[in-house]
Amino acid sequence: MTNTIHTTAVTTKKDWTSDQEVRWCPGCGDYSILTAMQLLMPETGVRREDTVFVSGIGCAARFPYYMNTYGLHTIHGRSPAIATGLAMARRDLHVWVVGGDGDMLSIGGNHLIHALRRNVDLTILLFNNQIYGLTKGQYSPTSEVGKVTKSTPLGSLDTPFNPISVALGAEASFVARTHDMDRAHMQEVFRRAHNHRGAAIVEVYQNCNVFNDGAFAALTKKDARADMLIPLEHGKPVRFGANQERGVVLDDGVARVVSVADVGVDALHVHDETAADLSVAFALSRLADDRSSPTPIGVYCAVDRLEYAGAVDAQIATAQADRGPGNLAELFTSLPTWEVN
Amino acid sequence: MIDTKEFLPDVREVERIIVRFAGDSGDGMQLTGDRFTSASALFGNDLATLPEFPAEIRAPAGTLAGVSAFQVHISDHDITTPGDAPNVLVTMNPAAMMAELPRLESGGTVIANSDAFNQRNLAKAGYQTNPLEDGSLDGYTLISAPMTDLTTQVCKDLGVKPRDAQRSKNFFALGLVSWLFSRPTYPTLQWIREKFAGKDAIIAANEAAFKAGHAFGETAELSASRLAVRPARFDPGTYTNINGNTALSWGLIAASQKADIPIFLGSYPITPASDILHELAKHKNFGVRTLQAEDEIAAIGAALGASYGGHLGVTTTSGPGLALKGETLGLAVSLELPLVVIDIQRGGPSTGLPTKTEAADLLMAHYGRHGEAPLPIVAANSPSDCFAAAFEAVRIAVRYRTPVILLSDGYLANGTEPWRLPQIADLPNISADFATSPNALNEDGEEVFWPYMRNNDLARPWAVPGTAGLMHRIGGIEKEDGTGNISYDPENHQRMVTIRDARIKKIADSYPPTTIEGDLDADLLVVSWGSTWGAITSAVGRMRRSGQKVARVHLTNIYPLPNDLGGILRGYQRVVVPEMNLGQLSKILRAEYLVDARPISKVEGQPFTAAELHHNLLEMNR
Repeated sequence: MTNTIHTTAVTTKKDWTSDQEVRWCPGCGDYSILTAMQLLMPETGVRREDTVFVSGIGCAARFPYYMNTYGLHTIHGRSPAIATGLAMARRDLHVWVVGGDGDMLSIGGNHLIHALRRNVDLTILLFNNQIYGLTKGQYSPTSEVGKVTKSTPLGSLDTPFNPISVALGAEASFVARTHDMDRAHMQEVFRRAHNHRGAAIVEVYQNCNVFNDGAFAALTKKDARADMLIPLEHGKPVRFGANQERGVVLDDGVARVVSVADVGVDALHVHDETAADLSVAFALSRLADDRSSPTPIGVYCAVDRLEYAGAVDAQIATAQADRGPGNLAELFTSLPTWEVN
Repeated sequence: MIDTKEFLPDVREVERIIVRFAGDSGDGMQLTGDRFTSASALFGNDLATLPEFPAEIRAPAGTLAGVSAFQVHISDHDITTPGDAPNVLVTMNPAAMMAELPRLESGGTVIANSDAFNQRNLAKAGYQTNPLEDGSLDGYTLISAPMTDLTTQVCKDLGVKPRDAQRSKNFFALGLVSWLFSRPTYPTLQWIREKFAGKDAIIAANEAAFKAGHAFGETAELSASRLAVRPARFDPGTYTNINGNTALSWGLIAASQKADIPIFLGSYPITPASDILHELAKHKNFGVRTLQAEDEIAAIGAALGASYGGHLGVTTTSGPGLALKGETLGLAVSLELPLVVIDIQRGGPSTGLPTKTEAADLLMAHYGRHGEAPLPIVAANSPSDCFAAAFEAVRIAVRYRTPVILLSDGYLANGTEPWRLPQIADLPNISADFATSPNALNEDGEEVFWPYMRNNDLARPWAVPGTAGLMHRIGGIEKEDGTGNISYDPENHQRMVTIRDARIKKIADSYPPTTIEGDLDADLLVVSWGSTWGAITSAVGRMRRSGQKVARVHLTNIYPLPNDLGGILRGYQRVVVPEMNLGQLSKILRAEYLVDARPISKVEGQPFTAAELHHNLLEMNR
């Protein structure tokens, strides 16, 4: 129970794979996310016993059972809160939080935003499939307006959340987006999130092939990606297209897709993921408001900000330096006392 | 201890006095009562206090809704309640007089700030005429003093603005009452200097007002009213005057030190529990981590997460918050992790009477969860007993790997009494006993770790992340007995439900034998829990002194109930259960033991008085 961080382990994918049978539907996007994680972990050099996956309820929340680490499958929506306590108690651990769009943005929305603003050292993966899977197909807080589901036979009326905008609004210090069709991209974004000190959130566009098949296909299928996904790379102009012919400019604070030929390369927005002012990242998050427009992926922001659990420990260290370690006899006599002989 | 030389020839000695300070919320009555109590504690009296204040921070000035009161009972012998009818009532305005006079004993003493009894305030309080002048107080001893005016006058020469000077009038009242009851003055003067250090004008004004009040008593020929209460006989030791929430916080800290695991408190502010968060937040040098969470659910969630990581997870709340924590309690029952959940009960349902006391959450603590989700319940019986109750809750949580609900209430939380400091070496040890090695063999004969293997207590191992070789995955889904793997098997679920029930019941094996106090051969047995302890102790004492036979049992462990309780209950013709609810423990006793346990109920937002219980018990003993 020391707070020493160990980074010495040499492991393989197999070491990170638990003996439990994976029970997601065949063809579920969760499989490729799991594989990306199991491939990434040996590369990080961390020890399995120092790694904890915490989840809530939903299909995504079964994730911890399949990782050969410590795992805690909790209750609907509460995983960011439960993980906050664990991460505050045990800074030596690598605490991951895994959940879906219903878990994290509906029933657990409050816990998510507060974990982000506190900047507890958590790595949060939000599997966004824009549907409730485990309860068999109701619309979710990220479903598009008009979505016809069992609970919305005439189409949903709710305006969806944009998870990246929500996270930025909640003062998140690391916000990224990836998708389940590109293992290398997932692995790289997960690595970045894992290395971030503070609360990191990664939205993963994830296909639910049973209840919402192809929700992101227009963006993520192989032949569409070049034109539909806008890679965010730190220090580089934001551009995309098979021939890098399109780009993004900031027009009075509003992000807009332009033709590079029309504006020139120098006019393109140069991505700065370290910008402390999150308003540019927010503008980028508003670029696409549906699933058929070019959408930025990668790291929106990675800002260095006071990490909560470390700050709590620092207060404890200061208190102990100032007053000495706790002494019960001193505590008991800290109010006025009198002696009876 | 202060020597008793201060006793003067013209002072009449009495065994005990009950003083009630009442005024507007802004009049500083809680502080005044608290100072009077401290001086009495240092003097060596036994005492018990009952602060009562409105839910509003500043209700409209001068109204009945804004009346704030503080009752203190000081005695030369062991007492267990803040007293029945006050002997002395201090009223700082007409609203306080209107609201509080009915409590005063007949012929008691009323002290009033006559300056506040003007036309406007009298009307606000609903008086047609001034009670200080219309003869309506003829049956009482009235001491009327222009406190505001006299305070302003003595402050004039000190350069204190009249408006600020008026705010010191509560110290005038305190000075007068201190004189009247022969309290030593130096603890109050010293306190004023320490409390307001650096604010010389305020120190000067408060000191001047206090001394003026004291002098007023001397010069106004009030000697006939002057009383003294000798120090009480206490067992040898070091004492401090402590309220329930502080004692509870210290009990948690002491238990965490003994168990050598740090406290993690997840809490959301709620009256009357918030002071535990405040107190624990002060003691970070004990390694205490406090999280003021975004809501009640996050508060218990974070505490449970910390427990999973090997800390002592604690969450504090009151009734509405406990309701919100219910789902996570179910998870904690399923995960079988230590967790201490503290409910400082208040008047309910809903917002109810947030600053008033009640003990109506027992059935929620007992049954208020989904599924078969038993967990142990511990209840504190007096302000200082909150220390021992917290220690007991931690002992059970850690040894038996279970969430524990610890019940206190608003009366215990804010009430104070002298507490003899425990010898630290005498506090029992608690062993966290973390798992360090595999505990089973798999089919291939390899050593593995099964999270739901059990020891003789039927407790499972506490294997915290970071421990090599013990990696496991658990959650709220039903687990296979032993391996902890997900299991939907019907027979396994039956077995796990039965084990969870049996393992909690087994905790009763660790209790000491139940103590029966009073007359073992009585017909009447009084059974109780929680803060009714003091009033029942006093009422039972009165009955026995008057020659009536009565036995009583007070329960600290409400679930599981003690193994010997059924036999005890069946040994008496009549069993009565006084409770600050409509009969929740009596319902449980009837269900568990098929005995005719009769409730005595009070849900007025105030604790039982010994007098009313005495009366009720006499009725029952006919």
